[in-house]
Amino acid sequence: MTEQWRSIMPLAAIVAVLGTAPLLGQGWDASRYEVDGKKSGYLYMDETTRLLQDDDFLNPGMFAVDAGRALWERPDPVSGVSCASCHGDAETSMRGVAARYPVYDPKVGGLVNLELRINQMLVDTMDAAPLAYESDELLALTAFIGSQSRGMPIEVAIDGPAAPFFEAGKAFYFARRGQLDLSCAQCHDDHAGDRLRGDVISEGQVTGFPIFRLLWDEMGSRHRMFQWCNVSVRAEPYALGSPEYLSLELYTAWRSSGLPVETPAARR
Amino acid sequence: MARSPALRPAVAALALGLAATAGAAAQDPLPPLEIVDLAIPKPLTQTPGDPVAGRLTVRNTRMATCLICHDLPIPEEPDHGTIGPPLAGVGSRYSAAELRLRLVNPKLINPDTIMPAYYRLAGLYRVDLPYQGKTIYTAQEVEDVIAYLLTLTDDAGTDAP
Repeated sequence: MTEQWRSIMPLAAIVAVLGTAPLLGQGWDASRYEVDGKKSGYLYMDETTRLLQDDDFLNPGMFAVDAGRALWERPDPVSGVSCASCHGDAETSMRGVAARYPVYDPKVGGLVNLELRINQMLVDTMDAAPLAYESDELLALTAFIGSQSRGMPIEVAIDGPAAPFFEAGKAFYFARRGQLDLSCAQCHDDHAGDRLRGDVISEGQVTGFPIFRLLWDEMGSRHRMFQWCNVSVRAEPYALGSPEYLSLELYTAWRSSGLPVETPAARR
Repeated sequence: MARSPALRPAVAALALGLAATAGAAAQDPLPPLEIVDLAIPKPLTQTPGDPVAGRLTVRNTRMATCLICHDLPIPEEPDHGTIGPPLAGVGSRYSAAELRLRLVNPKLINPDTIMPAYYRLAGLYRVDLPYQGKTIYTAQEVEDVIAYLLTLTDDAGTDAP
């Protein structure tokens, strides 16, 4: 048993006990997508895209969840260990985990998100190779683990050692960048609901990642979305998993505090 | 003795052409533009703006173009933006010189505006590689778009020019 496992286990157990809401297939009443005046991207989607998310049998993101479940149970060919060997039933052990990520990790001395934690476990605990960021396998595992927190409110820690990273993420969010000289806030705080040609600008709430995005015709992580937004304003993107995007992920997750996890969401 | 600022016309020359990025050394810096009373009287090019070319520019969806954020009297294009004000009648509200400053760098009027500066290189942060040293519109595109916008007078039809 590793240090990481010990540190995660009690929290996961507490969350499993406290998280009494049953796993809901999407198809919630629309009112669930608005909390304290914050609106999930779901409410900015047209009817057909909402329907994709409402039904688990239609939602293409569920294929990634299913693939993730298979990976969860698959023993590493060398060590013979699977995620399930230690963590058991993910519906119990992983419930609530995605809702509180990213977290500050004292061992790393920085933030770790779900993707990096999975790779940390693979390398340090299972003696396996890390998965490439944005690979089908890592998207599948994050979709599977994320879906275990469906319906639970997002709640990340931004105090203590996480505070400077939160401030860095906030600064990123409000900094104008790129040839179009736009900050995240100028669109997602000031113009949510307005039309950018045929598209409606959402609040940029990060409730459903990894998402199935129709534009991509595949799953994508929070960091891929950050890259897409940066490139759209003609700004140089940062690397997937970079410290800059981890800080931005913490800030945006905090912005989404209280909204329920929707993983895997369907978006335009 | 210095003249009273109140007696001087509001004249300022802004050097907009200092590309800060290395690698843009071969790029000609933008010429300094004279700003008078929140307007740029002098055209950016010798060739007069072409309103027909300007209309094509504002509806070119591959460019960071007006239609993304503004409603325009271009009925054949669907899905006009709602970020900025509608531009029908804009030719009756502003002169060519006033439109030129608003296109070149609207932040000189309102520093917080969401509207990008279409003819500026300096003062930008982390411009992506394909766009480094390039303005959003060329000088001629700015002039063409001004010529088009001037046709959008209050009494213009919906399909001018």
